[in-house]
Amino acid sequence: MSPLIFYPVAAAAVLSALAVVTARSPVRSAMALVATLVSLAACFAMLQAHLVAALQIIVYAGAVMVLFLFVIMLLNLQDDPPETGRAGLRFGAGGVAVVLAGGFAKVLWEHSAGDGAVLAESFGTTKVVARSLFSDYLVPFELTSVLLLVAVVGAVVLARRDDAPGQD
Amino acid sequence: MSLWAIGAVKSLLVLVFVLQLSAFLLWIERKGSALIQNRIGANRANIFGVVPFNLGFLNTLVADPIKMFTKEDFIPAGCDRFLHALAPFMALFPALITFAAIPFGDSIVLGGETVELRVVDLDVGLLYILAMVSMGVYGAVIAGWASNNRWALLGSIRGSAQMISYELAMGLALVSVVLSYGTLDMQDMVHAQGRTVLGFLPAWGVFFQPVAFIIIFVAGMAESKRVPFDIPEAESELIAGYFTEYSGGKQASFMLADFAEVVVVAGLVTTLFFGGWQFPWLAADGFHLPLMGTIEVSALVVTLLQLMAFSLKVLFFCWLQILVRWTVPRFRYDQLMDLGWKGMLPIALANVVFTAALILARGEGS
Repeated sequence: MSPLIFYPVAAAAVLSALAVVTARSPVRSAMALVATLVSLAACFAMLQAHLVAALQIIVYAGAVMVLFLFVIMLLNLQDDPPETGRAGLRFGAGGVAVVLAGGFAKVLWEHSAGDGAVLAESFGTTKVVARSLFSDYLVPFELTSVLLLVAVVGAVVLARRDDAPGQD
Repeated sequence: MSLWAIGAVKSLLVLVFVLQLSAFLLWIERKGSALIQNRIGANRANIFGVVPFNLGFLNTLVADPIKMFTKEDFIPAGCDRFLHALAPFMALFPALITFAAIPFGDSIVLGGETVELRVVDLDVGLLYILAMVSMGVYGAVIAGWASNNRWALLGSIRGSAQMISYELAMGLALVSVVLSYGTLDMQDMVHAQGRTVLGFLPAWGVFFQPVAFIIIFVAGMAESKRVPFDIPEAESELIAGYFTEYSGGKQASFMLADFAEVVVVAGLVTTLFFGGWQFPWLAADGFHLPLMGTIEVSALVVTLLQLMAFSLKVLFFCWLQILVRWTVPRFRYDQLMDLGWKGMLPIALANVVFTAALILARGEGS
């Protein structure tokens, strides 16, 4: 992986992720999240996982986030007011952040550069990913599909207008 | 090093091709619309009146951009200045880089190295194109929101709803195309279309997937937000829709993005359904004409013919889109949604099932 490309992309991912949290305007926050997702897709692409990169952009950056934006605009959300009070909440969030950072540091420390293995030529191609998806991981895959179907049916039921019997 | 150089040259070539064709299309559109509406069209272009003939196309290629980029760049009060400035780039950038996955020629041998005539050799080429098309939504959506203008916001909400709807039909139609080719790699698809069927007919995708062709072409036109799908900018209702509050160079970027999307749709349709760079009956060693035997042609001529075939096909589909734009009136919003959700989506779904069943019946999958 070329560090010349990796470091700018990784920095963009981290900075835009920070912007997601710090931005006051919901639309700016959502756009920063799009930038994070695209930067992550670039990281995947550099790791030879082209399929995952493409799917990341199609599903998350392209579809999910457009819906987010659509809803934000439709509801006309206003900018967040500055946070006030709730010292306990702040300490709690800070504690979680410290634990998380510690975990990351531990992983980075234990797996520093050097223990990489050579990838197979076919790594990350559609064929290989599809084969493992439809053989080794078939049950989780199908269960996920059922979950999505349930969500779709649920959305339709919730969104349906409650017409009185006899109408339409 | 040479790999980087070749990559850079290819990227530049494709970028210039798309940009120039987009600018050229503006002129074709003006003259074409005039032709259709029985007018003369843009006809006043000369350099200080000293050139003895009419320089019609220079009007849009040179004079128009100069005019656009020297105009005042107006920023409305109360808008989100950062996003307002960012939106034209978000509209233009995906449109320009989409072409990277579309092959414009067979691989050629250059100084002992094999060079694929496309910018990136991508295993997931088709998904890449779908991804970039879906990123194109943001330009329109953010432009309308950041402008702090009701008409613009209405335009961008319409735009996002429209593009989400038509992406679905397009994605499903692409599934049936992928099923019948068995690959996501655009170059492999073009190679597969180099055969002939029944001895004379080029094995172009349109003969195997006519339904998918129509759906992808229509959905592609809807993605490029042009008449009859120009609901997001419907000028009789919304002034200019999502780019109402843009002027000068930024507005020119939106126009350029629209035309670049026209070129991308033409390139996509050409590659998937009309043989891409395949010249009918032309193989790597020469023409294999039905009934007339083989005519030997040198490799250089073959490459040039392929490049020409690709350009002509793309140009044809650009022209077809302009023809449709000036022939059909705009849809109403509910008609647009009906066509997308109740018309094209079920047909695309049925096409996927039909294609899959056919492949299963013929025992081709495995």
